[in-house]
Amino acid sequence: MTTPKMPEPVGDVLKRRAEIVADLRDIVPGEGVVDTTNEMRAFETDGLTAYRQLPLVVVLPQTVREVSKVLKYCHGNGIRVVPRGSGTSLSGGALPLEDAVLLVMSRFNRVLDIDYGNRVAVVQPGVTNLGITNAVAERGFYYAPDPSSQIACSIGGNVAENAGGVHCLKYGLTTNNVLGIEMVLIDGEVIRLGGRHLDSPGYDILGLMTGSEGLLGVVTEVTVRILQKPETARAMLVGFPSSEAAGQCVADIIGAGIIPGGIEMMDRLAIRAAEDFVHAGYPLDVEALLIVELDGPEAEVDHLIGEVERIAGNNGATMSRVSQSEEERQTFWAGRKAAFPAVGRISPDYYCMDGTIPRRKLPQVLSGMRELSEKHGLTVANVFHAGDGNLHPLILYDANKPGELERAEEFGNDILRLCVEVGGVLTGEHGVGVEKRDLMPAMFNKQDLDQQIRVKCAFDSQHLLNPGKMFPELHRCAEMGRMHISRGQMPFPDIPRF
Amino acid sequence: MAVAMTKTSQTFRPDNEDQLRDAVAWAVSEETSVEVLGHGSKRAIGNPFEAANRIDLSGLAGVTLYEPEELVLTARAGTALDEIEALLAENGQELQFEPMDYRPLLSGTDCGRGTIGAVLATNLSGPRRLKAGAARDHVLGIRAVTGRGEIIKSGGRVVKNVTGYDLSRGLSGSWGTLAIFSEVTFKVLPRAETETTLVVSGLNDADAAHVMAMAMGSSAEVASAAHLPESVRGRFIDGSLPAGPATVLRLEGVAQSVDYRAGNLTRMFEAHSPVSTLDADMSRALWREIRDVKPFCDGTERAVWRVSVAPGAGHQLVAGLRLRAGVDAYYDWQGGLLWLRMEADPEVDLVRKGIRALGGGHATLVRASDAMRREIPVFEPADPALAALSRRLKEQFDPQFIFNPGRLAADL
Repeated sequence: MTTPKMPEPVGDVLKRRAEIVADLRDIVPGEGVVDTTNEMRAFETDGLTAYRQLPLVVVLPQTVREVSKVLKYCHGNGIRVVPRGSGTSLSGGALPLEDAVLLVMSRFNRVLDIDYGNRVAVVQPGVTNLGITNAVAERGFYYAPDPSSQIACSIGGNVAENAGGVHCLKYGLTTNNVLGIEMVLIDGEVIRLGGRHLDSPGYDILGLMTGSEGLLGVVTEVTVRILQKPETARAMLVGFPSSEAAGQCVADIIGAGIIPGGIEMMDRLAIRAAEDFVHAGYPLDVEALLIVELDGPEAEVDHLIGEVERIAGNNGATMSRVSQSEEERQTFWAGRKAAFPAVGRISPDYYCMDGTIPRRKLPQVLSGMRELSEKHGLTVANVFHAGDGNLHPLILYDANKPGELERAEEFGNDILRLCVEVGGVLTGEHGVGVEKRDLMPAMFNKQDLDQQIRVKCAFDSQHLLNPGKMFPELHRCAEMGRMHISRGQMPFPDIPRF
Repeated sequence: MAVAMTKTSQTFRPDNEDQLRDAVAWAVSEETSVEVLGHGSKRAIGNPFEAANRIDLSGLAGVTLYEPEELVLTARAGTALDEIEALLAENGQELQFEPMDYRPLLSGTDCGRGTIGAVLATNLSGPRRLKAGAARDHVLGIRAVTGRGEIIKSGGRVVKNVTGYDLSRGLSGSWGTLAIFSEVTFKVLPRAETETTLVVSGLNDADAAHVMAMAMGSSAEVASAAHLPESVRGRFIDGSLPAGPATVLRLEGVAQSVDYRAGNLTRMFEAHSPVSTLDADMSRALWREIRDVKPFCDGTERAVWRVSVAPGAGHQLVAGLRLRAGVDAYYDWQGGLLWLRMEADPEVDLVRKGIRALGGGHATLVRASDAMRREIPVFEPADPALAALSRRLKEQFDPQFIFNPGRLAADL
């Protein structure tokens, strides 16, 4: 893909590479510094594999002290740093820079404490999302946010991206499930925020850090809430003759006061691709399929399934099936969870988008997407976190056909602009990263963006941490601080007063 | 930057966002400080400070968007919380974090209950905090005027949104010291069909902590867990809780589910202690009183601490305090939220050192005389590195130090 323009290398960092590598080896001994081209290949991209770049050097620290010293060294020497967890970002959040140290947190892989009484787990940032659930499963607990990369993605990366999943409407995002972190600032200062207690005095810096895409600090420890698994969970497949009818059914379920554990929607193309791939038993004669999961005590789940069936019937559902066993529930989900690779089987390449829209705008957005599909001459398959309005259009293209890749990108950008137009946002869970960086002005004006950059300046005034991500332009912090109002300039305002 | 410590000279009451921006821009250009005010229901909380002017947001009011099926509500920051809750109730919905009402505790009965902007600015919550979160967990988007006199927005109106820094959360709980909200958007949720409360009687504080942890860690989906020691028990719901300390567990949902879960929990505990239940109305009344600190609403200025610690540590802190000071206490949030009324001295060192010794948390002196609040930092002081970062953040939002100067901390 056409890699967006990345910041020019600074100063003589590239020339000083050998010296920098040696200095880093003093801080992180042994295998912790990787500098050969061959070994660094493994780190040249993340989940957005279209963009590739070898870093200056890869550092894999093992202790907070090492992280702090590496950052302090880089800060003192004007060297950029790109933090990386498992490298599953779909927006290029961990894309290396030619002149930046790639700080890989994968050796921070220990569960430090499980405290069932307070229902928290304290883990290092390299522990995988699913690793937390596995560590507490013996007592029937789990960690709620479940991004589809949960088997590989790290909790530190989840904090950086405010990762979501299919259960967000009921159980929240990462930001609602993290109680505390330890982090290191670019100058090497170690800061602890929150802990096993709730809320913090002073500013909600934990809230700011969550979803900050590695631009504000490096997370070295995470305390998360763990929950007891619901007593039962059952999934339903409900088929509809149109996406509109399926969308109305979702609105009616929520309007009836029911908050399902998850509601997913797939369109015809996605259904077919998933069914061909995993044989989940999806109906092939419907235009839209809902997967509705209800969880809780059995009496409640039975009652709610009846309600949802009634509502689905009122909306013209043509088929409905309820999982009769845990195995069948998993099968229902298997198709959805494999939707991306399934679409990958029917097209040489696909480009996954991640806009969120107000749910009731779905028909408008789907018909807009059909028009865009014709305009760009490319097909799109849709999977949709229908409960929370998070849309994942998958644009099918063939990178080997000249111009298709560029058309796919333009198509994707048009879709995201459409999402913003109807009151939605550019990214629901994949992050801005490199990918959507240049679209930020579609959602934010200059004042909005400038204030976000000022937040960055409070943490990292030299823009050393993960530059080139999230913001279309880097502005020097000294300039951002200037005020253009001076004393007596503003006339006494004409505002009701007493 | 120094702020002139003069008596209030101007009170602005903007009707719209542009007027709010103009008022702030004027204050910026005059380098003069402002107190940011909604209804004033929480005005007595925080370090005493002086500001030359006042911006009263109660005129910047009105719900601008409410779509029940989309679970979203947007209101101008000065909209009365009461008005919003009434509107939601008409549609069978609510703010699930059940923001508390500080008026009874602070004897501020002559003002409104508070504005929706202040709910976020002070990050209010209630007894469902463990399960449902606080205001910060439900905010979807904001519009605000910074201390640079600029209008900014962040977030949006959808639940899933990671576009840019999360300033909606970043500004929550900042007590009007970073920016002034002009509009806020919240996620709203359906109200539970019914509720009940299980009362486990006769437990001491340590046993109660254990019972609450078991209940919250079970699959019974307990919405709130509190422990009311014998010294306060009689002051709730007109003394109608059964005799002895009361450990109370709230269950919400559809009727058959609530009954089923209540049965499970009863079986879990009845072999050891008497278990009784409250009907839905009594349950609602009880949790409202727990939320609003009923036993300490005594019309005095005796010091009241609001302490947040790990749930299992709460009773240890209280036990330690009782050995050395006169204190009346009860527990919400499974033991993690302590309301402490001090009989004489506020014992700031005992409280804050005790919290640190138990692994951390924070104590806010929510009620105390003016003189006492001048002496004791009302909010838990931050460690030096965090304090420096907070100060840098303040400078980026309010470089002239004009919003509520000193309310949150001496340099914020």
